[in-house]
Parts: sequence; C-alpha cells; structure tokens
Amino acid sequence: MRIAVFATCLVETVFPQAAVATVRLLERLGHEVDVPAGQACCGQMHVNSGYGAQAVPVIRNHVRTFAPVLDGAWDAIVAPSGSCVGATRHQQASAARRAGDERLAVAAERVAAHTYELSELLVDVLGVTDVGAYFPRTVTYHPTCHSLRLLHVGDRPTRLLRAVEGLELVDLPAAESCCGFGGTFALKNAETSSAMVADKAANIVAGGAQVVTAGDWSCLMNISGALSRAGTGVRAVHLAEILASTREHRWTPDAAAVRTGSRRA
Amino acid sequence: MTVPLGMPRVRPQPATAPTDPLRWGPSFPEAAHGTLADGQLRANLRRATGTIRDKRLAVTAELPDWEDLRAAGSAIKTQVMAGLPALLVELEANVTARGGVVHWATDAAEANRIVADLVRATGATEVVKVKSMATQEIGLNEHLAAQGIAAVETDLAELIVQLAGDMPSHILVPAIHRNRDEIRQIFTDAMTGAPTGLTSDPRELAMAARAHLRERFLRATVAISGANLAIAATGTVAVVESEGNGRMCLTLPQTLITVMGIEKVLPTFTDLEVFLQLLPRSSTGERMNPYTTMWSGVTPGDGPQDFHLVLLDNGRTRALADEIGRSALHCIRCSACLNVCPVYEHTGGHAYGSVYPGPIGAILTPQLLGMGTPGGLPGAGPHDPTGSLPFASTLCGACYEACPVKIDIPTALVHLRERAVSPAGGTHRPTATGLAMGSAAVVLSSGSRLRLAARAVAVVGRLLRGRRLRRAPYPGSLWTRTRDLPPLPRESFSDWWATHRKDGAR
Repeated sequence: MRIAVFATCLVETVFPQAAVATVRLLERLGHEVDVPAGQACCGQMHVNSGYGAQAVPVIRNHVRTFAPVLDGAWDAIVAPSGSCVGATRHQQASAARRAGDERLAVAAERVAAHTYELSELLVDVLGVTDVGAYFPRTVTYHPTCHSLRLLHVGDRPTRLLRAVEGLELVDLPAAESCCGFGGTFALKNAETSSAMVADKAANIVAGGAQVVTAGDWSCLMNISGALSRAGTGVRAVHLAEILASTREHRWTPDAAAVRTGSRRA
Repeated sequence: MTVPLGMPRVRPQPATAPTDPLRWGPSFPEAAHGTLADGQLRANLRRATGTIRDKRLAVTAELPDWEDLRAAGSAIKTQVMAGLPALLVELEANVTARGGVVHWATDAAEANRIVADLVRATGATEVVKVKSMATQEIGLNEHLAAQGIAAVETDLAELIVQLAGDMPSHILVPAIHRNRDEIRQIFTDAMTGAPTGLTSDPRELAMAARAHLRERFLRATVAISGANLAIAATGTVAVVESEGNGRMCLTLPQTLITVMGIEKVLPTFTDLEVFLQLLPRSSTGERMNPYTTMWSGVTPGDGPQDFHLVLLDNGRTRALADEIGRSALHCIRCSACLNVCPVYEHTGGHAYGSVYPGPIGAILTPQLLGMGTPGGLPGAGPHDPTGSLPFASTLCGACYEACPVKIDIPTALVHLRERAVSPAGGTHRPTATGLAMGSAAVVLSSGSRLRLAARAVAVVGRLLRGRRLRRAPYPGSLWTRTRDLPPLPRESFSDWWATHRKDGAR
C-alpha cells in the first residue's frame, strides 16, 4: 500500500521520533511510504483558540498538500496524532465553510475521508494487530481525549500493545480523565492545567508503569513534563515508537529523545 | 432536586453577595487560583462527582435504548427551538384556558418586577420557594428582599446556601462545597428555631430543617417555583424534584408563581416519556424521579387557586439567534456535564462566577449576557470574567458524551471563543495572543516555512544536547512553573526524511 505520512507540526519540530517511527514501522510492514513536501499543520490550534479565520490558510495548505490522495497518489494518509486527525475530520470543513470557502470545505472533507490515526490505519485498513514489535517494559496507555471521544479508536491501541513481545500492559487509574493539556488551555488556565496533569502523573505512578504511551505527543508532552518535574523516572513514549521497536532495532531512551536516528538507516 | 453524595468536608467558601448572578466573580483563571488552593474542596469534589458519575453510568448503561433516547431528546429540542414562538403562544393559550395567567418578561428586571407586584397584591411578606435556576439567574430573592418580602428556599441544599449567605456551586447540588459540620454551624447561627445542642448527625440536621420548613409550608400563602418543562398542547407545567418539599410549595399555598425560561417548553404530552427518562438518570442517577408534580392551570378546590406563569427571555432569544450557540438552550439542567468535567472537578463551581457553572455554564452564561454580540457585552476575551468562560475547558469532550440531549459543548465553546476574541461589530483590539496567532499562521500555512522553524528548533536542540529546559521566559514560564519542557531534537523530521529517502531505504 502507498501511504502518505502527515507528521503534524508538533512532531515535525519537537517530536520527530514519532514520525520517524511511523515511517519505519510502515516500511517494515512492507508498505511504500511518502512524506509529501509542503505539509505543515491541520489548523487545530487556531480554530480551538478562537482564531478560525486565521486557520483557513493553514487548512488550505494542508488540503492542497494531501489532495493528490483523491487522484490515487496514495492509498491512505496517516498521522501519529488522534487530535490532528480529529481536526481534519471534524473541524477543517466547518472552519472553511464559516469563512465562506465551500470548495475548500468539500475538498477538506474528501481528503479527511482518506486520513487515519495510526492505530486506525493499522487495525482497520491494514488489518494487523501484531506488528512484530519488541518492547520489554511495563507500559500504561493513556487514551487521549480526542482519540477516545472524537475518533472513537476504542481498544485498537491496546490490542496493538498487547501483541508487542515483552510488553506488560498495566491499567491506568482514571484513565479516561483528561491530562489537562488542551492546547492553549495549558497557558491560559495554567494552574488548572497543572492540577489536572499532577493527578494524571500521580495515577501513572500509582499504576506502576515504567512507560506511559498514547497516540498523541501533545498530551504526552504535558504528561512527560509533569513526570519529569516530579522526578518520577517514568518516561513518555509515543505508540508509534513502541510499535517501531524490534529486537534488531530497539527503542532506546536517548535515541528517541534527542535524535531521530538517521544514521541508523 | 438533591442527591445524596456523601457529606463533603470542606472549609467555608467566602460568601459573595452577587450584583449580577451571571457575572459575580473575577475571571475564571483568577477565581480558579483561589479554589485550586483548597485541597479539601478538590478531594471532596472528586469523591462527590466520582460517586454520581458511576451511578449515572450504571443506570444509563442498563437501558438498551439510551442512545436512541438521547437522539430523541436532541431532536425534540431542535424542533422546539425551530418553532419556539408558536409553541409559546400555544402554551399561553392553554394555560390561560385552564385558569392560569401568563406574563412575558424580556429580562431579569422585568421578571422581578412582575413577581414582586404579584406577591405584593396578595399582601404576603413571606413566600416559599421551590429550587429553581431561573429565579437564581434573575436574583429574585434579593429583589424581593429589597421590597420587604422574605423568600424562603425550601430545597434542603438551597436552604443551606441561603442561610449561609453563600452562592450555589452546582446546578443540582448547590451546597456540594459544604460539609455537615459547617451545616450544623449554619443552622445554629442562622436558622430561627434551630434546636439547641444540634449535632452534625445527618438525620438530626435533616429533622431540624424539616421542622423549620414545615412551619413555613403551613403558613405560606404564596409559592414561587421554576419549571423543568411545560407542555404547549395542554398548558401543563412540571417540576421534577427529589425531596417532596417542592410539592409542598406547589400544592399548599393559595397563589403559585412560576418563572420559566422560554426554552423549557415542549410540544406535546408524549414528549414527557423522553425527558422523564433522560433527566433522572442523568442528574441523580435514579431510574425514576421521586416527586414529579404537574399542573394545568387551576383546579377549583385543589391546590393553588391563583396561578401565574412568567415566561422569561433574559438573553435566550439572543442565544437562539446563534446557529451554533443555540444548542445551549437545549439544556435540561441535569448537571451531568458538571459531574464528568475534569476542570469542574478541580476548580469547583464558584470559579465560574455564575449561577450556571461547569461546561454548560461556560456556553450558557456568555450567551445569556450576549458576549461578543451587538448590544451585549463586548467580547472581552479570556481576561474578562465572562469572556474567560469559553476558555475554561480542555475540549476533552466528556460533557458532550454525557449530555442527555447531546449538546455539542466543545463545538459551542470553540465558537464562543471566536466571539470572545472577535466580537461582531466591535473594534478588533490587537492582543498579544492575536499577534502570536497571526505569526503562527504564517509559519503553519507553508511547508517550507515550518521546515525552517523546525531547523531552528534543531539548532537549539544540538546546543542543549538532550537536556530539558526547566525554566522558560513568559509565557513559557506558565508551562515551566510545574512542568519541564521536552528535550529538543537535533534534527527535524523533514530533514531526517530527506536523508532517509536519499539513503534509498526503500
């Protein structure tokens, strides 16, 4: 299958390891991966902050970049982010419509129909739950709000995780509570956000995991920031990074954290 | 309506005498700063909301047609909003035909004036009240007090709040922030005829309130209520409550005055089958509501012989004019969204500075006040008390999932954020956030510009060599006060991809 990766702006700039892992994983599974040049952002931050009009050029760029999927350039588009896929499905078209750009709205809807969050792509489109990964650690899964309630990914991520060799999946108390990130909420309501993520971090520690994973680096950035500040030693690792890790090419904390590992290719 | 949630143990909240019941605090972040500091409040709210959350989930999961009921509730409300003027006229005709009198109030002041005039005409100086959000919203008790009329709240929790001179912090459980020791103190200090040597035993407290209220029920000649719903086709008004104190008010006095938001009307009697299933299961987690009182006008020799229905607008038609925002008018005041909200759970209801707290309050309050609309409040953004409410959410969607009439609260919040930062017809003040968003849009609408930005980040990443930043300048300091920043990468993803592709990895 020919698959286009939408890295998302946060992953492109701060967490490239999630997109690198997505590329490696899909190539390992025998698929042809492309990263369309020109891609940037889904526009979610602008829409969610009340700047819908300013989101329109961002959305236009996204739709233009991925429109070739409509002509068969790729079979699917995948993003390592539930919340950005949620924005393409539930936000882009209405933002375009409110700005009076019906053509963009329709194009956005058509492109979104080919766009999948990673666990959706693997389980629903590629029909695989055992991706041959190896990750010998105790892991807990945080179901990010947009994956859970906007995309309804359900147990797809945990089915994938349970099939990983060596991985022990432990429960997360109050798993479905928001971590308190909420984009600009983390700054506009910094104290409430901090109180929420403190509870999330405490629950992760109480669950006894060495690693917390999720399908979104934005939430993981928040959770990891609190875990690190509290000196818990629990690490945040994106679902794609766990699934990309194999006995031959093992995930290591340092490589994941500070370099994308191109030398390894 | 009240629900046993255990007795929260919290310190007293500062009593605030509101000048406007919809806008009585500082901005949400400022108010939350105070309430977040109360660890006991948070622990109690977590326990109380957790209990009712589980109860609600249990009684909604057991219904095979729960999702269909929600869809039906949503559809009926959509239909009501589309035909509201005609339904209200029909309601008026049928209430009038059955011996009631209907009054129309544009705003809080007019509603207060109508009610005060009606009470004065009876000569009463004391009225008993059924728990009602509409009368809270207009500050009716304070208005009556200024006219020399004492309004006695008869819902137990509402009585506690009233005696304490406090504000409610929850739509359904207004005294959720009070514990039994405080209630004992409040009764001892403020309840006339409180027994001496009162302990904080819940039964003893309840019996003391019962004796206090019984005396007032029996001497009352006028009662004031809200309404959970009204049926246009029959002119029937209904109140749904748990204690029976409401029914005392609705049946014993000679005169009954009901203040109802215009959005509460339903077309036909059969619509009750949907809402009387949705409401108790969503609000108290009960399968069936304990006391459901319905009346149609006046029945000679039975119940109040004078019935007045005050139909209250107070910003509702303004909300109705907003295609997205009008869904807030679908609310049936069950408070399920408060109980599942992670923000409410941490900050409590007082942080919202309105009688409507929580997620529904965050979309209802700004609309009732007309935030960001011509003639309403200017959209003053996230630093204004009302403008800050749509931003008091992570958009996690738990409220939407719990709402029995499927109000898409996250979408409405995002829409109102837009109204807050870009008020219609107003001059657009440039703000720091607005400028930052403008520059961000320039970077994020172009692959090549984002790639340059990512390269700049990677340069910093190479300098930091994997260290995490623990302190950042403002506004990053808002983050780093409690959280570390992530270690920055030494290479952007697109640069990695360029190398990867050149290496012929595929």
